[in-house]
Amino acid sequence: MPLKKRASSGAFALIGAIVVLLVGAFAWAAGWIGPRRISGGDVTRALEYNGGGSKPGYRRAHAKGLCFTGSFTANGAGSALSDASIFKSGRYPVIGRFSVAGGNPLASDGRNVFHSMALVLKSPDGQEWRLAMDHTPIFPVADIASFIALQRASKPDPATGKPDPAAMKPFLAAHPEVKAFQDYMAKAVLPGSFATATYYSINAFRFTGDRDVTRFVRWQFEPEASGPGLDKKHLELLPRDYLFNEMIARTAKVPSRWHLKLVVANPADVTDKATVAWTGPHRTIDAGTLAIDAVQSEEAGACRDVNFDPTILPPGIALSDDPLLAARSKAYSSSFTRRASEGAHPSAVGQDLTKERAR
Amino acid sequence: MSRHSPDFHPALRALHWLMAAAVLAMLFIGVGMVSTTGTAYVTLLALHRPLGIAILLLVLLRLPLRIMTGAPALPDDLPRIQKRAAVASHILLYLAMAGMPFIGWAMLSAGGYPVLLTKSMALPAILPRDLALYAFLRQAHTVVALLFFALILAHLSAALMHGLIRRDGVLRSMTVGHRRAGVSPKQDDADD
Repeated sequence: MPLKKRASSGAFALIGAIVVLLVGAFAWAAGWIGPRRISGGDVTRALEYNGGGSKPGYRRAHAKGLCFTGSFTANGAGSALSDASIFKSGRYPVIGRFSVAGGNPLASDGRNVFHSMALVLKSPDGQEWRLAMDHTPIFPVADIASFIALQRASKPDPATGKPDPAAMKPFLAAHPEVKAFQDYMAKAVLPGSFATATYYSINAFRFTGDRDVTRFVRWQFEPEASGPGLDKKHLELLPRDYLFNEMIARTAKVPSRWHLKLVVANPADVTDKATVAWTGPHRTIDAGTLAIDAVQSEEAGACRDVNFDPTILPPGIALSDDPLLAARSKAYSSSFTRRASEGAHPSAVGQDLTKERAR
Repeated sequence: MSRHSPDFHPALRALHWLMAAAVLAMLFIGVGMVSTTGTAYVTLLALHRPLGIAILLLVLLRLPLRIMTGAPALPDDLPRIQKRAAVASHILLYLAMAGMPFIGWAMLSAGGYPVLLTKSMALPAILPRDLALYAFLRQAHTVVALLFFALILAHLSAALMHGLIRRDGVLRSMTVGHRRAGVSPKQDDADD
């Protein structure tokens, strides 16, 4: 088969062009070329920077934690808003994790008082709902670029334990939305126990129930137990694992309970910004009771190897238009993949238990 | 196994082009979704898993069909090394097509994630929860995807060389097929 030279050089050029075009499109899709994107790695790096370096093997945020087990007893009322099986009357097993914010797994509880609760709720039909909640009804920032800027600006000065004002001031000037969160924190009581805190969904979600009606919902777990808040003036006097040991001692005596309150958005409520509170009266449904009757160190419990990705939702609950949700999902995944490859390391509570046993 | 006809079986050709589109889309969706914390992440992730399982089902249909109906013989004048490269690359393409969905499924299982195809349909875990295994499979999913894309580029370039430069009927055997000479339906010769 004789090759026609001129025709074939054109053909070679065409084949080359097709390959170059495909490689270029692929590189663009992957974000290797073109406009800069914020990746999951950008978020984990910002968190590591804020925490004064990476702590291999731990979550990049909420690194210090305690596992728990218990149950969720649904009273059936939640089915008015969502088809999710977990809202049908019944008792469902729960695993979860208490944590404080920040990337330091051995942080002192006095330095770091931001409580969080994460849950995995499963119904017998295989539906799964993962929740990652904080003890504040609103979040400091509404989008991931601002979150990264916040991590960079609020890196604590090792000497004072406080952010450098020279970095914070321009950040706050550029992000007036943070003020609502700061005002809330200035007023709010810091819960004296994980058991006396209310835990909020942070973001809004879409609940779809019968007749396919969809409503925006935020939820909160409201504690049955109450107690004094922490003394904000003397936080540095708290023992390193104060909140964790308090919860361990408390749970040995009595289970802790919360009511799941589903809060339905009013027409004027903001659903795409976690920085904005929903104020005034709201239709609120008590969907059931969470009871936590046992706690375990991360070494012994079932929570350590779980990514509490709040976008893992059962049918009947879906993401809202809040862009923070996708960012949380991707950032949690990046953190999870990093620590998975690094291997797990001892938790603060696990260290305490080891020391106790050695005594 | 070689085949009497100069063309691949029509069903195999249809599957080839359907899967070509699906696999290319999948590779672009995959590298795109992992690159961003934007809302595209959840949108693409929701496409990625059902499309991956669709590809797995298609390759499970296609592989037996390919084994049963065979491939047309390559041109006699094609150097032996190129014939071997063709066979090897086809084996690797099948391995990647079947392997990638399995790695993805296994990776999610080891990571303790529900393997959601739709909002209400989940696949069972095929591995126990094991973070070290998850980390390995997660890495493998990326590495094999990039090698797969490189292999597809080589496959496409080779196919276009056959079609545009050698003009030896190899590309045609996977596209429109060869025109049949004469009227006898039994006659099956190439006309190139």
